[in-house]
Parts: sequence; structure tokens; C-alpha cells
Amino acid sequence: MSGGTGNAGKALATIFARDLALLLKGALGRGGAVLPLLFFLAVAMLFPFAVGPDAKLLGRTGAGVIWVAALLAAILPLDRLVEPDVEAGFFDQWALRGLAEEAVLMVRIVAHWLSFGVPLMLAAPISAGLLSLDRAQLITIEQGLLLGTPGLAAIGVTIAALTAGLRAGSALGGMLAIPLAVPLLIFGAGSLQPGGEGGLALLGASSLAALAIAPFAGGAALRAARE
Amino acid sequence: MQPARLAAYDIACRRGDRVLVRALSFDLKPGEALHLAGPNGIGKSSVIRILAGLLRPAWGHVEREGALALSDERLALDAHRPLGEALAFWQRIDGGEATRADFGLENLRDVPVGYLSTGQRKRAGLARLAASGAQIWLLDEPLNGLDTHWGAAAQAAIEAHRAMGGIAVIASHQPLGLQRLRTISLLEHLP
Repeated sequence: MSGGTGNAGKALATIFARDLALLLKGALGRGGAVLPLLFFLAVAMLFPFAVGPDAKLLGRTGAGVIWVAALLAAILPLDRLVEPDVEAGFFDQWALRGLAEEAVLMVRIVAHWLSFGVPLMLAAPISAGLLSLDRAQLITIEQGLLLGTPGLAAIGVTIAALTAGLRAGSALGGMLAIPLAVPLLIFGAGSLQPGGEGGLALLGASSLAALAIAPFAGGAALRAARE
Repeated sequence: MQPARLAAYDIACRRGDRVLVRALSFDLKPGEALHLAGPNGIGKSSVIRILAGLLRPAWGHVEREGALALSDERLALDAHRPLGEALAFWQRIDGGEATRADFGLENLRDVPVGYLSTGQRKRAGLARLAASGAQIWLLDEPLNGLDTHWGAAAQAAIEAHRAMGGIAVIASHQPLGLQRLRTISLLEHLP
């Protein structure tokens, strides 16, 4: 029997398992978690080539570079976050079973964060090494990524829902996501400046605000797109 | 199980600036089936989506008792996954009922959905619908791409569903061979 609140939890768990498998491993038309990760590492690897091996300069600018790389890596998977499932009719079938778009999108935000936020945090020590950042800076970066990447995931899923079904949706998605993610970038990179400890708190607050709004904005966008 | 019911009261459908269908009313009780007939582009699919609750009617309202299942041109099966796994995803969500009618798919369970032919894809969509256990079936062009044999099998599955107290609404431009079938031609509901 479909529908019913008792089954909703089980249904969402099933959807979560599928989301995670698709976002981690990738599939037809979906790149998986590897591409954003390689992109993130590539930026940290290329930056010293471009500005030279001056450790002092790298130490001063490297943390900001890591944040820019994280933000751009978050944009890479946008076009495969929601669009393929709208196209294939998954969202229609979930709606038919009484599952709220908001709940499905919240599940997707968590799966997206696990497949892109956590790998970035695991890769950050490598990036920090390439940019010759010290231990204290790395710890602040990890704390910042832990607080900031959930917000990036929420913004990503919202924008993906908003642009699903549009022509050139992926290009538009990047353009829409960047301004929304700027506060996270400012607070994240700002937390690394001398006296910027308050940045982490603001970063967490921005992330929570994005997480709170994202499922509702995305759900409304998906319903509007059906009309 | 509560008896199923699907009723439409004076619904109108508008897509953009155009009104496609107006003043459409019906009331379906357990075991009844409705054929929405009419040529391409007349609004059959839109009416199905209104009945499914995916589109809002421009006018009127829909009442329903019982769970819905929809089979349209969107399969909602992962193209890269073997058919068996793709169907199992929906079975886990719908409660894991064993498939009642398998539409000759047992030999295709290991084939990725993306490799299926048009007719096989249609049968996979019907199998997902039949396994959902829902009382109200909404079928959008269920016979498209099916050969004579599987077309008859699909209609037999609809009859079996009705015999168990189910309701079926079938949008099709083709004639159907169902018993005691109510037919509404959308040509009579033009604005």
C-alpha cells in the first residue's frame, strides 16, 4: 500500500540510499563525487604554479584559494542533482505517493553533502600541503568546511530544483548559485584572517539559514515547474 | 480496505493561454473503468495529470479515495540499473508486494533499463504500476508500443485490477477491448 505517514520514513530511507549511490558513484549522465574532488585538488595544485613557490605568499592567500575552489567545486554537479529525476518522472511518482517535495529535497541535500562536502574535507589536508598552509590554518579550514559545506549543498540543491527543466539550466544554475554562496565564501575565508574567529559563527549561521530555506524554496520551484 | 473512488466535478484544463478541456465530470466506483478518448493534443495527458494531482484544474475539483498509481511516458526507472533492481526500488517504497503481473519481464531482470525496447519499457512501466498495490490506476496511452499479444495482456491486467475492486482511467487514442467500459470523448468537451 502506498502513501500513509507510517511508510513515509521507510520510503525516504529508500530514496536516501538511491540518492547516495547515484551521487557517490555516478551513473549515466551523472559524474559522481570524483569530478568535484579532482577539481578541488587541481586548483590547489595549479595555484602555486601560477603565483610561484613563495611560501609566505601562498600561506597568506592559500586559504582563500581553498574556499574559492570549494565553492566552484560545489557548482560542478548542479545539473545532475535534480534535473535527471524530474525528467525521468521520479518526482511525479513521489508526489503521487504523498511524499512532500520538501522531504525528498532535504534527503537529497544530506546525500549531496555526504558526496561532496565530506570528500572536500578529506581532501583539504592535501590542498593545504600543496599551498604550504600551517596546521592552525588547516584546522580552521576544516572547521569552516564542516560548517559551510552543508550550506553550499543546500544552495546547490535549491538552485538545481529551480533550474530543472530549463534549457541551459546548468549554465544558469552556476550564475544563480554564485551570488547566493558569496556570504559563505566571505565568512569562510574571513575566519582565517587575524581576528576573524567570529567568521566561523557567522558561517554556521549562514549555513543554517540556507538549510532552513532550501527545501521549501526547492519544493515550491518543483511544483511550479509542473504547471 | 476502504472502497476506492475517483470523481471529477466540472473540471477544466488550461495550458498557457489555451483552454483544452472544459466541463468534464464523472464519478467512478470500485470496478469501473473510464476511457478518455480523442486525437493527439486534445488534452488527455493533461486530464490524467489533473486526476493525479500533479496539475491544478483551471476550474472544478477532483475527489478521490484510495492510493494512486500512474503510468505515463516517464518510466521513473533508472536507465543504468538492471530492470529487476529498478523495479525493486519502487517495491521497497510501496511496501514490497510481489509483482502480480510481470508482463513477461522475468528474462529481462538483469538487462539495464536503458537497453529495453519501446514495448519492453512500456511493459516495465505497467509492471511498476501493477506492483504498487494502488487502487486507482491512471494510464496514459498504455497500449503505445505494445504488440497485439502484450496489448491484450495489458488489458487483461486492467480487468484483473477491476475485478479486485480497482478503478482505472485510461487515456488512449486507440480503441480498447474492456468490459463495461465508460468512454468520454474529449472532442465533446472542447471549449
